[in-house]
Amino acid sequence: MLNFILRRILISIPTLLLVSVLVFGLLKLLPGDPALALAGQEPDPAVIEFLRTKYGLDQPLPVQYFKWLGSILQGDFGLSIRTRLPIGEMIVQKLPVTLQLSLQAMLIALLIGIPAGVFAAIRRGTPVDYIVSLIGLGGLSIPSFWLGIMLILLFAVSLGWLPSGGYVGFFESPLDNLRYTLLPSVVLGTAAAAIVMRHTRSSMIAVLKQDYVRTARAKGLRERIVVTRHALRNGLIPVVTTSTLHLGELLSGAVLTEQVFGIPGFGKMIVDGVFSRDYAVVQAVVMCSAVIFLLLSLIADLAYVVLSPRLRS
Amino acid sequence: MSGEATPMAAARGGARRSALRQALSHPSTMIGGTLVLFFVLVAVFAPFIAPFDPNASDWLAVRQAPSALHWFGTDDLGRDVLSRVIFGSRASLAAGVIAVTIAISIGVPLGLVAGYFGGIVDAIIARFTDALLAVPFLVLAIALAAFLGPSLQNAMIAIGVSAMPVFVRLTRGQVLSIKNEDYITAVRALGVRDRNIILAHVLPNVMAPIVVQVTITMAVAVLAEASLAFLGLGQRPPAPSWGSMLDIARQFLTEAPWMAVWPGLAIIAIVLGFNLLGDGLNDTLTPQSEDS
Repeated sequence: MLNFILRRILISIPTLLLVSVLVFGLLKLLPGDPALALAGQEPDPAVIEFLRTKYGLDQPLPVQYFKWLGSILQGDFGLSIRTRLPIGEMIVQKLPVTLQLSLQAMLIALLIGIPAGVFAAIRRGTPVDYIVSLIGLGGLSIPSFWLGIMLILLFAVSLGWLPSGGYVGFFESPLDNLRYTLLPSVVLGTAAAAIVMRHTRSSMIAVLKQDYVRTARAKGLRERIVVTRHALRNGLIPVVTTSTLHLGELLSGAVLTEQVFGIPGFGKMIVDGVFSRDYAVVQAVVMCSAVIFLLLSLIADLAYVVLSPRLRS
Repeated sequence: MSGEATPMAAARGGARRSALRQALSHPSTMIGGTLVLFFVLVAVFAPFIAPFDPNASDWLAVRQAPSALHWFGTDDLGRDVLSRVIFGSRASLAAGVIAVTIAISIGVPLGLVAGYFGGIVDAIIARFTDALLAVPFLVLAIALAAFLGPSLQNAMIAIGVSAMPVFVRLTRGQVLSIKNEDYITAVRALGVRDRNIILAHVLPNVMAPIVVQVTITMAVAVLAEASLAFLGLGQRPPAPSWGSMLDIARQFLTEAPWMAVWPGLAIIAIVLGFNLLGDGLNDTLTPQSEDS
C-alpha cells in the first residue's frame, strides 16, 4: 500500500510541474501591468519602477518562474498586490470556508443522491426510474448561480427565513454559520446530488445483475435485505470514489456560488484576483486547486483499493 | 488505398444507419433533440420572432411586470425581456458550437496521434492533458477568459480550450482499445500509410463516444458561457446574453424578480435538451452503456 501511495505521489509531480508552467506562463500574458494597477490613478514612473523591482516584475520570465516555484514549494505564495496581505495567509483563511461549503454540499448530495439512485435502479425501466432520472438530469442542467438567485428570492426576500448573503465563521456562532451556509450548500449540492444519483443508479444496476445477488435472492432473502446488505455494499464503491473526485469539482462550482452569496471563500478569491489583475493570487488559487484535485484523486484511488475486496487481496 | 472491400463498407454503412435510426427513436434523444431544435430555430429566426428590438430602451416601461404587451416583463432599462431571451439564445448556441468545435478540432487529432503512435508523443500529450485536467474546468476557463479579455468570442475560446483535454483523453482511450484489433493489423500489413489508417479505419470506429461527448460538452459549454457572462467575462452588455441578464437581474431581485426567472429557465431548457440528447445517444451508440 505504501508503495502504491508513493508511486501515485511520484506520478503527480510532473503533472503539478506542468500545471505550474502553464499557470505561470498564461497569467504572465494577462493584459495590463500589475505595477501600473498598484501605483494608483496617476502613477509616478519612479513608483512604477520601484514596484516592478520590489515584486520582481522586471526580471526575465524564467527567473521569475523558478523564484516563484521555489517560494511556493516553501508555502510562500508572495503578497497580494490588491490587499497587501501574504497570499498563503489569505488561502489559510479562505480555503476552510470553501471546504466547509463543499463538504456540506457533498453531504446533501449523498443524502439525496444515494437513495434516489438506489430507488431508480430497483425500479429500472418503470415510470419512477424515468422521473428520477429526469430530475437528475434537471439537477445537472440548472445553472448554480440561477438556483442561488431563486433560493435567495424565496427564502431571503419573500419568506425572510435565511440571510441573502454574507458569512459568519463557525467558531464565532455555529448557528449563524449554518444559517449563512445552508443555501449556498444546497445550491452546490444540487448538481452533485444529480451526479451521485446517476453513478449510484448505474452502479446498482450492474451489481443487481451479479451472481451473488441472484444467489441471495434464491436463498429466499427479502428484496430489502438483498439490496441493503448485499448489493449496496459493492454498488457504493464507485460512488465513494467518484464523490471524492467530485469534491474537487465543487471547488469550481464554489466560484459562482460564493459570488452570488458574497461568501469570502477560495472561489471568490480567484474572481477578485482576475478583476484586480492580482496575478499572484490567481496563480496561487489555480495551483492550490490542482494540488487539491490531485490529492483527492489519490484519496479516491486509495478508497477504491481499500473498499474493493478484489483489489485489496 | 483504403484496403476496404465494398460489401464490408456497405455492411458498415447499413449498421450505422440502423444505429442512427435506433438513436433517433430513443425517447431521450427525441425530447432532447426537439428542445435543441426549438432553440436553434429561435436563434436563427430571432429577428422575426422577437416582438421588440432587444436593445431598445423604453424609459416609460422600466422594470414592468409581465403583461400582454411584454410577456416576460421589462428590465431596468425598459428593454423587453422576452426579446432579449430570444436573442440571447444566439450567444448561448454560438458559444456551445464554437467551443465544442475548438475542443474537438484540437482534442480529437491529439488523442488519435497519442493513442495510435504511443511512445514519447503519447507520454507528452498525456502529461499535458493530465495537467489541464488537474485544474477544475471553470477555474481554467476563468483564467483563460481573463487572459484573453472579456468578450463572447474569447469566452468561446476559453471554454473550448478548457473542454479540449476531455476529448484528448476520450479519443486516446478509444484508439488504444481498438488499435490492435485484427482489421487495423490487416490494413497495416497491406502497407497502408498511418495517416490513412487513422482517418479511414481508426477515426470512424471511435466516433460514437465522441459524438456522445460532443452533446454533453455542448451542455457544459452553454452553462460555462452563461457562467462567464454572469461573472462579467463573457458577452458584454448591451448585447443580450442569458448570463449577463442574470448578473443584472441580481441587483433588482426585490423590484423585478421576473428579470431573473426567464433567462434562467431558458438556460435550463437548452442544457437539459443537450443532456437528454447526450443520454439518449449514449444509451444507443455506446455498447458499454446498454446495460444502464
